[in-house]
Amino acid sequence: MPASAIAELLQTHENELLQEWTIAQRAAGIRADLIDEDTVIANSRELLKLLTVAAAAGIDDFESVQWSPIKGMLERLSRSQSRQGFTPSDTATFIFSLKEPLFSRIQQYSDDAAKDIWQINQLLDKLGLYTVECFMTGREAIIREQQESMLELSTPVVELWKGILAIPLIGSLDSNRTQIVMEALLEKIVQTESDIAIIDITGVPTVDTMVAQHLLKTVTAAKLMGAKCIISGIRPQIAATIVHLGVELGDVITKASLADAFQMALKELNVRLVTSATR
Amino acid sequence: MGKREIFPLKQETDIVLIRQRVRQAAEAAKLGLVSQTKIVTAASEIARNALIYGGGGECMIEDTVRNGRNAVHLVITDQGKGIADIAKAMVDGYTSGNGLGLGLSGAKRLVDEFIIESDLGKGTRVELWKWR
Repeated sequence: MPASAIAELLQTHENELLQEWTIAQRAAGIRADLIDEDTVIANSRELLKLLTVAAAAGIDDFESVQWSPIKGMLERLSRSQSRQGFTPSDTATFIFSLKEPLFSRIQQYSDDAAKDIWQINQLLDKLGLYTVECFMTGREAIIREQQESMLELSTPVVELWKGILAIPLIGSLDSNRTQIVMEALLEKIVQTESDIAIIDITGVPTVDTMVAQHLLKTVTAAKLMGAKCIISGIRPQIAATIVHLGVELGDVITKASLADAFQMALKELNVRLVTSATR
Repeated sequence: MGKREIFPLKQETDIVLIRQRVRQAAEAAKLGLVSQTKIVTAASEIARNALIYGGGGECMIEDTVRNGRNAVHLVITDQGKGIADIAKAMVDGYTSGNGLGLGLSGAKRLVDEFIIESDLGKGTRVELWKWR
Protein backbone atom coordinates (compact mmCIF):
# COMPACT_ATOMS: atom_id res chain seq x y z
CA MET A 1 0.00 0.00 0.00
CA PRO A 2 1.62 3.28 -1.03
CA ALA A 3 1.63 6.29 1.25
CA SER A 4 -1.16 7.95 -0.71
CA ALA A 5 -3.41 4.94 -0.11
CA ILE A 6 -2.75 5.17 3.60
CA ALA A 7 -3.68 8.85 3.49
CA GLU A 8 -6.87 7.93 1.67
CA LEU A 9 -7.66 5.26 4.23
CA LEU A 10 -7.18 7.81 7.01
CA GLN A 11 -9.47 10.22 5.25
CA THR A 12 -12.31 7.85 4.37
CA HIS A 13 -12.43 6.29 7.80
CA GLU A 14 -11.76 9.46 9.73
CA ASN A 15 -14.92 9.36 11.82
CA GLU A 16 -14.73 5.70 12.81
CA LEU A 17 -11.01 5.99 13.55
CA LEU A 18 -11.66 9.02 15.70
CA GLN A 19 -14.36 7.25 17.63
CA GLU A 20 -12.35 4.06 18.18
CA TRP A 21 -9.25 6.07 19.04
CA THR A 22 -11.01 8.02 21.79
CA ILE A 23 -12.40 4.76 23.16
CA ALA A 24 -8.88 3.28 23.11
CA GLN A 25 -7.56 6.35 24.92
CA ARG A 26 -10.19 6.01 27.56
CA ALA A 27 -9.35 2.30 27.94
CA ALA A 28 -5.65 3.14 28.32
CA GLY A 29 -6.57 5.34 31.27
CA ILE A 30 -7.08 8.97 30.44
CA ARG A 31 -6.51 11.68 33.01
CA ALA A 32 -10.17 12.69 33.28
CA ASP A 33 -9.22 15.02 36.13
CA LEU A 34 -6.88 17.03 33.92
CA ILE A 35 -8.54 17.01 30.51
CA ASP A 36 -12.16 17.00 29.37
CA GLU A 37 -13.67 14.81 26.68
CA ASP A 38 -14.13 17.66 24.19
CA THR A 39 -10.46 18.62 24.30
CA VAL A 40 -9.47 14.97 23.79
CA ILE A 41 -11.68 14.74 20.71
CA ALA A 42 -10.50 18.09 19.37
CA ASN A 43 -6.84 17.08 19.82
CA SER A 44 -7.41 13.69 18.24
CA ARG A 45 -9.27 15.19 15.29
CA GLU A 46 -6.54 17.75 14.67
CA LEU A 47 -3.80 15.14 14.80
CA LEU A 48 -5.68 12.80 12.49
CA LYS A 49 -6.18 15.60 9.95
CA LEU A 50 -2.50 16.57 10.06
CA LEU A 51 -1.51 12.91 9.81
CA THR A 52 -3.65 12.52 6.68
CA VAL A 53 -2.04 15.55 5.03
CA ALA A 54 1.48 14.46 5.96
CA ALA A 55 0.95 10.84 4.93
CA ALA A 56 -0.25 11.94 1.50
CA ALA A 57 3.23 13.29 0.79
CA GLY A 58 5.06 10.17 1.99
CA ILE A 59 5.67 8.51 5.33
CA ASP A 60 9.26 7.35 4.97
CA ASP A 61 11.12 10.49 5.88
CA PHE A 62 10.10 11.87 9.27
CA GLU A 63 12.59 14.75 8.88
CA SER A 64 11.00 16.15 5.72
CA VAL A 65 8.96 19.34 5.53
CA GLN A 66 5.48 17.84 5.39
CA TRP A 67 5.93 16.51 8.92
CA SER A 68 6.63 19.89 10.49
CA PRO A 69 2.96 20.86 11.08
CA ILE A 70 2.35 17.62 12.96
CA LYS A 71 5.58 18.07 14.93
CA GLY A 72 4.51 21.59 15.79
CA MET A 73 1.17 20.34 17.04
CA LEU A 74 2.76 17.59 19.16
CA GLU A 75 5.23 20.10 20.56
CA ARG A 76 2.45 22.47 21.66
CA LEU A 77 0.43 19.59 23.05
CA SER A 78 3.22 18.09 25.09
CA ARG A 79 4.42 21.49 26.38
CA SER A 80 0.94 22.44 27.57
CA GLN A 81 0.26 19.01 29.01
CA SER A 82 3.57 19.00 30.85
CA ARG A 83 2.62 22.28 32.52
CA GLN A 84 -0.78 20.87 33.43
CA GLY A 85 0.83 17.97 35.26
CA PHE A 86 0.62 15.16 32.72
CA THR A 87 3.39 12.58 32.74
CA PRO A 88 5.31 11.87 29.50
CA SER A 89 3.58 8.47 29.37
CA ASP A 90 0.17 10.14 29.41
CA THR A 91 1.07 12.18 26.36
CA ALA A 92 2.73 9.28 24.54
CA THR A 93 -0.25 7.02 25.28
CA PHE A 94 -2.36 9.52 23.34
CA ILE A 95 -0.36 8.59 20.21
CA PHE A 96 0.12 4.90 20.92
CA SER A 97 -3.58 4.24 21.41
CA LEU A 98 -4.14 5.13 17.76
CA LYS A 99 -2.31 1.91 16.84
CA GLU A 100 -5.12 -0.53 17.51
CA PRO A 101 -7.89 1.14 15.47
CA LEU A 102 -5.52 2.05 12.64
CA PHE A 103 -3.95 -1.41 12.42
CA SER A 104 -7.32 -3.13 12.23
CA ARG A 105 -8.30 -0.80 9.35
CA ILE A 106 -5.10 -1.60 7.48
CA GLN A 107 -5.61 -5.31 8.05
CA GLN A 108 -9.04 -4.94 6.51
CA TYR A 109 -8.04 -3.03 3.40
CA SER A 110 -4.38 -3.72 2.66
CA ASP A 111 -2.97 -6.41 0.38
CA ASP A 112 0.25 -6.63 2.35
CA ALA A 113 -1.01 -5.87 5.85
CA ALA A 114 2.10 -7.05 7.72
CA LYS A 115 4.38 -4.69 5.82
CA ASP A 116 2.02 -1.72 6.10
CA ILE A 117 1.36 -2.25 9.79
CA TRP A 118 5.09 -2.40 10.42
CA GLN A 119 5.57 0.86 8.55
CA ILE A 120 2.76 2.66 10.42
CA ASN A 121 3.95 1.17 13.68
CA GLN A 122 7.39 2.70 13.20
CA LEU A 123 5.83 6.01 12.32
CA LEU A 124 3.59 6.13 15.39
CA ASP A 125 6.54 5.13 17.58
CA LYS A 126 8.48 8.07 16.21
CA LEU A 127 5.58 10.42 16.89
CA GLY A 128 5.22 9.05 20.43
CA LEU A 129 8.92 9.42 21.13
CA TYR A 130 8.79 12.91 19.73
CA THR A 131 6.22 13.90 22.36
CA VAL A 132 8.51 12.51 25.07
CA GLU A 133 11.41 14.51 23.67
CA CYS A 134 9.31 17.67 23.64
CA PHE A 135 8.24 16.93 27.18
CA MET A 136 11.88 16.75 28.25
CA THR A 137 12.78 19.98 26.46
CA GLY A 138 9.81 21.64 28.14
CA ARG A 139 10.98 20.43 31.55
CA GLU A 140 14.51 21.60 30.93
CA ALA A 141 13.22 25.03 29.96
CA ILE A 142 11.28 25.22 33.23
CA ILE A 143 14.38 24.21 35.20
CA ARG A 144 16.44 26.85 33.44
CA GLU A 145 13.84 29.51 34.16
CA GLN A 146 13.83 28.54 37.81
CA GLN A 147 17.62 28.62 37.99
CA GLU A 148 17.66 32.07 36.48
CA SER A 149 15.02 33.39 38.84
CA MET A 150 17.01 31.96 41.74
CA LEU A 151 20.10 33.82 40.55
CA GLU A 152 18.25 37.09 40.90
CA LEU A 153 16.55 36.20 44.14
CA SER A 154 19.57 35.24 46.08
CA THR A 155 21.87 38.21 45.76
CA PRO A 156 20.60 41.01 47.98
CA VAL A 157 23.13 43.58 49.09
CA VAL A 158 21.99 45.21 52.34
CA GLU A 159 23.19 48.33 54.12
CA LEU A 160 23.80 47.58 57.80
CA TRP A 161 24.95 51.05 58.75
CA LYS A 162 25.88 54.20 56.91
CA GLY A 163 28.99 53.09 55.06
CA ILE A 164 28.72 49.38 55.87
CA LEU A 165 27.32 46.90 53.34
CA ALA A 166 26.70 43.22 53.83
CA ILE A 167 26.07 40.52 51.26
CA PRO A 168 24.89 37.24 52.74
CA LEU A 169 25.70 34.50 50.24
CA ILE A 170 23.55 31.40 50.27
CA GLY A 171 23.85 28.21 48.23
CA SER A 172 26.48 27.11 45.78
CA LEU A 173 28.60 29.73 44.10
CA ASP A 174 29.18 28.90 40.48
CA SER A 175 30.52 31.18 37.77
CA ASN A 176 27.28 32.85 36.73
CA ARG A 177 26.10 33.58 40.22
CA THR A 178 29.39 34.91 41.51
CA GLN A 179 29.55 37.23 38.53
CA ILE A 180 26.14 38.68 39.44
CA VAL A 181 27.03 38.88 43.14
CA MET A 182 30.25 40.70 42.38
CA GLU A 183 28.59 43.23 40.10
CA ALA A 184 25.73 43.84 42.54
CA LEU A 185 28.19 44.46 45.36
CA LEU A 186 30.41 46.83 43.38
CA GLU A 187 27.42 48.81 42.17
CA LYS A 188 26.04 49.16 45.66
CA ILE A 189 29.43 50.31 46.95
CA VAL A 190 29.33 53.23 44.50
CA GLN A 191 25.67 53.94 45.10
CA THR A 192 25.91 54.09 48.89
CA GLU A 193 29.48 55.42 49.05
CA SER A 194 30.33 52.63 51.47
CA ASP A 195 33.76 52.08 52.97
CA ILE A 196 33.30 48.53 54.17
CA ALA A 197 31.66 45.50 52.59
CA ILE A 198 31.06 42.31 54.56
CA ILE A 199 30.79 39.15 52.47
CA ASP A 200 29.11 36.51 54.60
CA ILE A 201 29.58 32.90 53.46
CA THR A 202 27.77 31.15 56.32
CA GLY A 203 25.26 29.76 53.82
CA VAL A 204 27.82 28.53 51.29
CA PRO A 205 28.22 24.75 51.73
CA THR A 206 31.43 24.30 49.73
CA VAL A 207 34.38 26.59 49.17
CA ASP A 208 36.58 25.14 46.45
CA THR A 209 39.37 26.87 44.55
CA MET A 210 36.96 28.44 42.07
CA VAL A 211 34.77 29.94 44.79
CA ALA A 212 37.91 31.13 46.59
CA GLN A 213 39.21 32.68 43.40
CA HIS A 214 35.92 34.51 42.83
CA LEU A 215 35.91 35.78 46.41
CA LEU A 216 39.48 37.02 46.08
CA LYS A 217 38.66 38.79 42.82
CA THR A 218 35.66 40.49 44.40
CA VAL A 219 37.75 41.63 47.34
CA THR A 220 40.42 43.00 44.99
CA ALA A 221 37.86 44.82 42.86
CA ALA A 222 36.26 46.38 45.95
CA LYS A 223 39.69 47.44 47.13
CA LEU A 224 40.35 49.18 43.83
CA MET A 225 37.19 51.15 44.46
CA GLY A 226 38.44 52.17 47.88
CA ALA A 227 36.29 49.82 49.93
CA LYS A 228 37.55 47.32 52.46
CA CYS A 229 36.13 43.79 52.41
CA ILE A 230 35.63 41.48 55.33
CA ILE A 231 34.79 37.83 54.71
CA SER A 232 32.72 36.38 57.54
CA GLY A 233 30.99 33.13 58.38
CA ILE A 234 33.92 30.79 57.78
CA ARG A 235 32.94 27.63 59.60
CA PRO A 236 35.60 25.33 61.10
CA GLN A 237 35.25 22.63 58.44
CA ILE A 238 35.53 25.24 55.67
CA ALA A 239 38.63 26.71 57.33
CA ALA A 240 40.27 23.27 57.51
CA THR A 241 39.43 22.63 53.87
CA ILE A 242 40.79 25.97 52.65
CA VAL A 243 44.08 25.30 54.45
CA HIS A 244 44.45 21.87 52.84
CA LEU A 245 43.53 23.20 49.43
CA GLY A 246 46.43 25.60 49.81
CA VAL A 247 44.44 28.73 49.02
CA GLU A 248 46.14 31.86 50.33
CA LEU A 249 43.65 34.45 51.44
CA GLY A 250 46.52 36.93 51.72
CA ASP A 251 45.66 40.14 53.53
CA VAL A 252 41.90 39.60 53.33
CA ILE A 253 40.29 40.24 56.71
CA THR A 254 38.22 37.29 57.87
CA LYS A 255 35.89 36.85 60.84
CA ALA A 256 34.10 33.81 62.20
CA SER A 257 30.68 35.41 62.32
CA LEU A 258 28.76 38.25 60.73
CA ALA A 259 28.35 39.84 64.18
CA ASP A 260 32.13 39.93 64.68
CA ALA A 261 32.60 41.41 61.24
CA PHE A 262 29.97 44.08 61.90
CA GLN A 263 31.59 44.99 65.20
CA MET A 264 34.95 45.31 63.51
CA ALA A 265 33.46 47.44 60.76
CA LEU A 266 31.91 49.79 63.32
CA LYS A 267 35.22 50.11 65.10
CA GLU A 268 36.90 50.85 61.79
CA LEU A 269 34.46 53.73 61.22
CA ASN A 270 34.93 54.94 64.80
CA VAL A 271 31.35 54.26 65.72
CA ARG A 272 30.74 53.32 69.33
CA LEU A 273 27.53 51.65 70.42
CA VAL A 274 26.58 52.39 74.03
CA THR A 275 23.93 50.63 76.04
CA SER A 276 21.93 53.29 77.86
CA ALA A 277 21.77 52.80 81.62
CA THR A 278 18.26 54.12 82.01
CA ARG A 279 15.28 54.06 79.72
CA MET B 1 25.96 0.83 52.75
CA GLY B 2 27.46 -0.30 49.49
CA LYS B 3 25.42 2.04 47.37
CA ARG B 4 26.99 2.82 44.02
CA GLU B 5 25.73 5.44 41.59
CA ILE B 6 26.95 7.00 38.38
CA PHE B 7 26.19 10.60 37.46
CA PRO B 8 26.70 12.41 34.18
CA LEU B 9 28.98 15.43 34.13
CA LYS B 10 27.98 17.61 31.21
CA GLN B 11 27.23 21.05 32.61
CA GLU B 12 27.90 23.17 35.66
CA THR B 13 24.66 22.23 37.37
CA ASP B 14 25.82 18.58 37.33
CA ILE B 15 28.67 19.59 39.65
CA VAL B 16 26.13 20.92 42.15
CA LEU B 17 24.27 17.59 42.07
CA ILE B 18 27.50 15.60 42.42
CA ARG B 19 28.50 17.67 45.44
CA GLN B 20 25.15 16.95 47.07
CA ARG B 21 25.39 13.22 46.37
CA VAL B 22 28.98 13.01 47.63
CA ARG B 23 27.85 14.73 50.82
CA GLN B 24 25.06 12.16 51.20
CA ALA B 25 27.49 9.30 50.61
CA ALA B 26 29.90 10.80 53.18
CA GLU B 27 27.06 11.06 55.69
CA ALA B 28 26.09 7.43 54.98
CA ALA B 29 29.71 6.40 55.61
CA LYS B 30 29.50 8.32 58.93
CA LEU B 31 32.45 10.56 58.09
CA GLY B 32 33.01 13.54 60.41
CA LEU B 33 31.95 17.02 59.36
CA VAL B 34 35.49 18.09 58.39
CA SER B 35 36.08 14.91 56.37
CA GLN B 36 32.71 15.34 54.68
CA THR B 37 33.56 18.88 53.65
CA LYS B 38 36.99 17.78 52.43
CA ILE B 39 35.77 14.99 50.17
CA VAL B 40 32.95 17.19 48.82
CA THR B 41 35.43 19.95 48.01
CA ALA B 42 37.87 17.50 46.40
CA ALA B 43 35.01 16.08 44.29
CA SER B 44 34.05 19.60 43.26
CA GLU B 45 37.61 20.37 42.13
CA ILE B 46 38.07 17.19 40.13
CA ALA B 47 34.59 17.32 38.62
CA ARG B 48 35.16 20.90 37.50
CA ASN B 49 38.48 19.93 35.93
CA ALA B 50 36.80 17.06 34.08
CA LEU B 51 34.15 19.47 32.83
CA ILE B 52 36.33 22.44 31.89
CA TYR B 53 39.48 20.71 30.64
CA GLY B 54 38.08 17.27 29.80
CA GLY B 55 34.90 18.44 28.10
CA GLY B 56 32.67 16.48 30.49
CA GLY B 57 32.46 12.86 31.56
CA GLU B 58 30.93 11.04 34.46
CA CYS B 59 31.30 10.51 38.16
CA MET B 60 30.89 7.28 40.12
CA ILE B 61 30.01 7.68 43.79
CA GLU B 62 30.11 4.76 46.19
CA ASP B 63 29.95 4.38 49.94
CA THR B 64 31.81 1.26 50.85
CA VAL B 65 34.19 -0.32 53.35
CA ARG B 66 37.95 -0.29 53.00
CA ASN B 67 40.26 -2.19 55.35
CA GLY B 68 37.41 -2.43 57.82
CA ARG B 69 36.71 1.31 57.76
CA ASN B 70 33.73 3.07 56.25
CA ALA B 71 34.79 4.93 53.14
CA VAL B 72 33.62 7.08 50.30
CA HIS B 73 34.99 6.10 46.91
CA LEU B 74 34.77 8.36 43.85
CA VAL B 75 35.89 7.78 40.29
CA ILE B 76 35.68 10.74 37.93
CA THR B 77 36.43 10.15 34.28
CA ASP B 78 36.47 12.27 31.16
CA GLN B 79 37.23 11.61 27.51
CA GLY B 80 39.12 14.85 26.98
CA LYS B 81 42.60 15.40 25.62
CA GLY B 82 44.31 14.13 28.76
CA ILE B 83 47.15 15.61 30.79
CA ALA B 84 50.56 15.72 29.10
CA ASP B 85 52.66 15.98 32.23
CA ILE B 86 50.91 14.81 35.38
CA ALA B 87 53.85 15.65 37.65
CA LYS B 88 53.75 19.24 36.41
CA ALA B 89 49.95 19.40 36.71
CA MET B 90 50.24 18.33 40.35
CA VAL B 91 52.47 21.29 41.27
CA ASP B 92 50.81 24.03 43.32
CA GLY B 93 50.01 27.05 41.20
CA TYR B 94 50.40 25.38 37.80
CA THR B 95 47.40 25.80 35.53
CA SER B 96 46.82 25.41 31.82
CA GLY B 97 43.68 27.51 32.15
CA ASN B 98 42.99 30.56 34.30
CA GLY B 99 42.28 29.02 37.70
CA LEU B 100 44.39 29.23 40.82
CA GLY B 101 46.27 26.07 39.86
CA LEU B 102 45.43 24.41 43.15
CA GLY B 103 42.64 22.07 42.08
CA LEU B 104 44.58 18.84 41.54
CA SER B 105 47.22 19.31 44.23
CA GLY B 106 44.64 20.65 46.68
CA ALA B 107 42.26 17.76 46.05
CA LYS B 108 45.12 15.33 46.67
CA ARG B 109 45.77 16.90 50.07
CA LEU B 110 42.07 16.74 50.97
CA VAL B 111 41.66 12.98 50.51
CA ASP B 112 43.25 9.83 51.95
CA GLU B 113 44.09 8.26 48.63
CA PHE B 114 44.41 9.90 45.26
CA ILE B 115 45.05 8.03 42.02
CA ILE B 116 45.31 9.82 38.71
CA GLU B 117 45.75 8.22 35.30
CA SER B 118 45.76 10.07 32.03
CA ASP B 119 46.13 8.97 28.44
CA LEU B 120 47.00 11.71 25.98
CA GLY B 121 44.11 12.09 23.57
CA LYS B 122 41.96 9.59 25.44
CA GLY B 123 41.04 11.22 28.72
CA THR B 124 41.70 11.30 32.42
CA ARG B 125 40.55 9.12 35.32
CA VAL B 126 40.80 10.29 38.92
CA GLU B 127 40.05 8.04 41.86
CA LEU B 128 39.44 9.55 45.31
CA TRP B 129 39.15 7.77 48.66
CA LYS B 130 38.23 9.19 52.02
CA TRP B 131 37.71 6.92 55.01
CA ARG B 132 36.81 7.23 58.66
